[in-house]
Amino acid sequence: MADTPIPLEVRNITKRFGDTEVLKGLSLQASKGDVITLIGASGSGKSTFLRCMNLLEQPDQGDLIVHGETIRFKETKKGREPEDWKQVVNMRAKLSMVFQSFNLWAHMTLLENVIEAPVHVLGKSKQEATRHAHELLQRVGLDDRAYYYPAQMSGGQQQRGAIARALAMDPEVMLFDEPTSALDPELVGDVLKVMRDLAEEGRTMIVVTHEMAFARDVSTQVIYLHQGQVEEAGPPDQVLGNPSSERLKQFLAPKH
Amino acid sequence: MINLHGYGPRLMEGALVTIELAVLSLILAIVLGLATASAKMSRSWALHRFATLYTTVIRGVPDLVLMMLLFFGGQIGINQVTDWLYYQFDIDIFINVNEFVAGVGTIGLIFGAYMGETFRGAFLAVDSGQIEAGRAYGMSHSLVFRRIRFPQMMRHALPGLSNNWMVLLKTTALVSVIGLSDMVKIASEASKATREPFTFMFIVAVIYLLIASVSEWGFARLQKRYDVGFEEVD
Repeated sequence: MADTPIPLEVRNITKRFGDTEVLKGLSLQASKGDVITLIGASGSGKSTFLRCMNLLEQPDQGDLIVHGETIRFKETKKGREPEDWKQVVNMRAKLSMVFQSFNLWAHMTLLENVIEAPVHVLGKSKQEATRHAHELLQRVGLDDRAYYYPAQMSGGQQQRGAIARALAMDPEVMLFDEPTSALDPELVGDVLKVMRDLAEEGRTMIVVTHEMAFARDVSTQVIYLHQGQVEEAGPPDQVLGNPSSERLKQFLAPKH
Repeated sequence: MINLHGYGPRLMEGALVTIELAVLSLILAIVLGLATASAKMSRSWALHRFATLYTTVIRGVPDLVLMMLLFFGGQIGINQVTDWLYYQFDIDIFINVNEFVAGVGTIGLIFGAYMGETFRGAFLAVDSGQIEAGRAYGMSHSLVFRRIRFPQMMRHALPGLSNNWMVLLKTTALVSVIGLSDMVKIASEASKATREPFTFMFIVAVIYLLIASVSEWGFARLQKRYDVGFEEVD
């Protein structure tokens, strides 16, 4: 196992939007099987940080190393850009993302959504991808919805479908961007259950979330961000059970 | 029974010319429209300016004026270029602008500007999360376009597209002024020869109406196809 490359490593990421510096030098290392949760108030930069990991946002500085391969950047007049978009495309295929608003492709059935990237990006045969997709849909409890369009499903079903779509890429790391924040409270449980199962089977995951119970039970590491900086990080017992920072204590305190 | 005085077959040939002209112009207009929309949405200042100039000029000048300007003016321009080539380099070529090609070129150019606006609006109406999901799953720019942007854009573009097509179809009647033997030109020749303008123009009107009805049916089917998956939302 010693020479298996680390799935994802980011070093000293900075990002500014105009005059506002939203990320002030963030680093993170996800080893195989790690479940890292990013918590923090809105505006703390946790989603932006996650989106920098697959370059949906371009970090101004810092390194990104996916499965041992360092992403190359070049300086342009408009700021830093990836030198080789092919490398970025390959990198993204290794990190699949689950979005807050699901973003299942609306003009495709659930099954088509799940096989889309395996067929067109990874070059799998349609037959093989379809077989795998049915297995995954069964896992998330949606095989009977395979031929439904996203608009015909509840939010919880859409998000579980989106997780199946992410799994179909057989990703090195799964990135979750507040996967339950857009759901009705009674639908959150099903999605979290699927995510717990994934963590248990040893998937490497980075999760931006407000679900403290999930962070406490499932993560190997919790990172609390405040204004684009790591305020506190460590195992969940320590960070959530016995926080040392005053801000984190306040953040975790019951709001009522 | 309507007496066509033997003009029936020629009228049908003319109708075929009209249809060919309209369809080829539509294809050109769609290509130019997609290019214009892309240019207007691009980050390049120069492309944006060029596309804006194109749509402004085309939409601000009457179709008939443009057509004569491009057909007669274009021929003179081409002659000047070929003359210059002859005197400078001794290259002797003669290009005669064919009426059909000129018609397709002009109508395509005019409607490309309208299509550009239609497509631009339609592209902007596609939810950005849909595009982002494609990028996040390792799709290249062209794959995102082909698999997500284009099919989702079409449902927003089709109403405008079908509207443009109806106007384009009727605009083909103008090419008779540059001498193309389309249905209108043949009908007006027949009217003069037989002194029965009503008969021939009535038939032309019916044929236009027929083409329009068939295409309306076709567009409705296309709309249905591109609306799949969206019925519950709207």
